Amino acid sequence: MTKQQANWSPYDNNGGSCVAIAGADYCVIAADTRMSTGYNILTREYSKICKLADKCVMASSGFQADVKALQKQLAARHLIYQHQHNKQMSCPAMAQLLSNTLYYKRFFPYYSFNVLGGLDNEGKGCVFTYDAVGSYEKVGYSSQGSGSTLITPFLDNQLKSPSPLLLPVQDAVTPLVEAEAIDLIKTVFASASERDIYTGDKLEIVVVNADGIRREYMELRKD
Amino acid sequence: MNFMASKQPENSLLGPEADSQRTLYPNVTGTSVVALKYKDGILMAADMGGSYGSTLRYKNVERMKAIGKHSLLGASGEISDFQEILRYLDDLILYDNMWDDGNSLGPKEVHNYLTRLMYNRRNKFNPLWNSLVLGGIKNGEKYLGTVSMIGVNFEDDHVATGFGNHLARPILRQEWHENLSFEDGVRLLEKCMRVLLYRDRSAINKLQIAKITEEGMTISQPYSLKTYWEFSAFENPTQGAVGSW
Repeated sequence: MTKQQANWSPYDNNGGSCVAIAGADYCVIAADTRMSTGYNILTREYSKICKLADKCVMASSGFQADVKALQKQLAARHLIYQHQHNKQMSCPAMAQLLSNTLYYKRFFPYYSFNVLGGLDNEGKGCVFTYDAVGSYEKVGYSSQGSGSTLITPFLDNQLKSPSPLLLPVQDAVTPLVEAEAIDLIKTVFASASERDIYTGDKLEIVVVNADGIRREYMELRKD
Repeated sequence: MNFMASKQPENSLLGPEADSQRTLYPNVTGTSVVALKYKDGILMAADMGGSYGSTLRYKNVERMKAIGKHSLLGASGEISDFQEILRYLDDLILYDNMWDDGNSLGPKEVHNYLTRLMYNRRNKFNPLWNSLVLGGIKNGEKYLGTVSMIGVNFEDDHVATGFGNHLARPILRQEWHENLSFEDGVRLLEKCMRVLLYRDRSAINKLQIAKITEEGMTISQPYSLKTYWEFSAFENPTQGAVGSW
C-alpha cells in the first residue's frame, strides 16, 4: 500500500504585471493592483509596489507571500545599511542587494518577478530587471509578471532601445519626458488588461524624480 | 519481491526518508468563514461543523475565537491546527499583557504575526492547514485580513475562505457598502451563509455570528437559517419520469 503523498504546493501565482521606464531625470514604476489565485480574484486593491529607499522603488509580481517576505528582508537590510553608513542606499547598490538576496534562496526560490526602478547617484533614471533567482541587468525599461509577454513587445516598439551589444555602449534611458512615459504606461496597462485575465482593476503608478516620490492611480477593467 | 514496500512517486515533494512528522493532508476540517466590515466594527460568520472526510463528525465546533481585546480570529481547514494556533496566540497575548505598559496588540499586529507563522511553517514544508480570517477594531480603526496556509495574505472590506471565496465574495462585492448597520450586516452575512448551506456539501445548518466592536467581542448562540425546499420540481421528482419509481 503506497503512502499518501503531499498534495499541496508551497507556491502559488497571485498574478499581476509590473513595468518600469527610466528617463533622463525620472523613473516611472507601475503595477496593477489585482491579486488572484487560480480563476478567483482575492482582492482588487493590493499594492505590488514597495519603496525600498529614498530614490529606489521595487515592483514585484508572482507569489505574494514570497514577495512580502522579500520586501521585508530588503527593508531590514536597508535599515542596517543606514545604521552602518549613515546614508540611504543608492539604487545600484539596492539592485545588487536584491540580486544577492534572491540567489541566496537559489534552491528554494522566492517566486517573485521584480523590476527595480529609481535614480542613480547622478540623478539619472535607472531600471533593473530580475528573474526569480537573482539574474539581473540594468535596462532602459522592463516589464515582468503575467502581462509581460503582452507589454514588452509594445515597449520595444515604442521605446526603440539600442542594443546593449553595440559599441560604444549607448544609454538605454528613453528621451521621452515624464508625462509621455506615464501616458505610455497607462496605454500599455489598458491593453494588457484586455487580454490578460490576471491584470486589471486598478493601476498604481509611482514616479521618482528630483522632487521625490509621487503616486498616481488609474482605473482598469474589472473583469 | 516485497509487495508491501511503499514507494514515492516521482512528483513527491518529500525527502527520501519516510516523513510521518509533516502534515500531508487535513483530517478534521471546518468549512468557509465569511466576514465583513460594518459601521461599528467587524462581523464574522462560520458554521459549527467539523467534518472527518465526508462524515459530519463534530457538530459543535466553535471556529471563531476572540484574541486579546481587539481581535477576532476565524479559521477553516484543520481543526487541530486551529487549536494549535490558538495556543501560540495565547502565549503572544500573555506576553503582551505581562508588559503591563498600557499597550495592547491590535488586529494589524496579530494578523502580521499569523502571516509570519503560516509562512514560516510553509517554508519548512510542514504547513498549518488553515485559512484564517482576522478581524478587529482598535482606536476606531477597523481591520479585516486573511492568511492562507502558504502565507498569502491581504486585507479587504470583506473576506471569505474556501467555498466562501466562490459563493460569498461575489454577493459581497455586489451588496457591501461602507457603514453598513448591524442589522444590514447580519442580513448580508446570512444571505452568504444560506447560499453556502445550499451549495457547499460540508456546510451545516448551525452557525454563529460574531461581532467585534470597540466595546469588545460578542458571539451569538448557535442558530439555524430558514431554508426553502418546496420547489415544485423537487416535490415529486419522479412523477412522469419514464422508468423510475
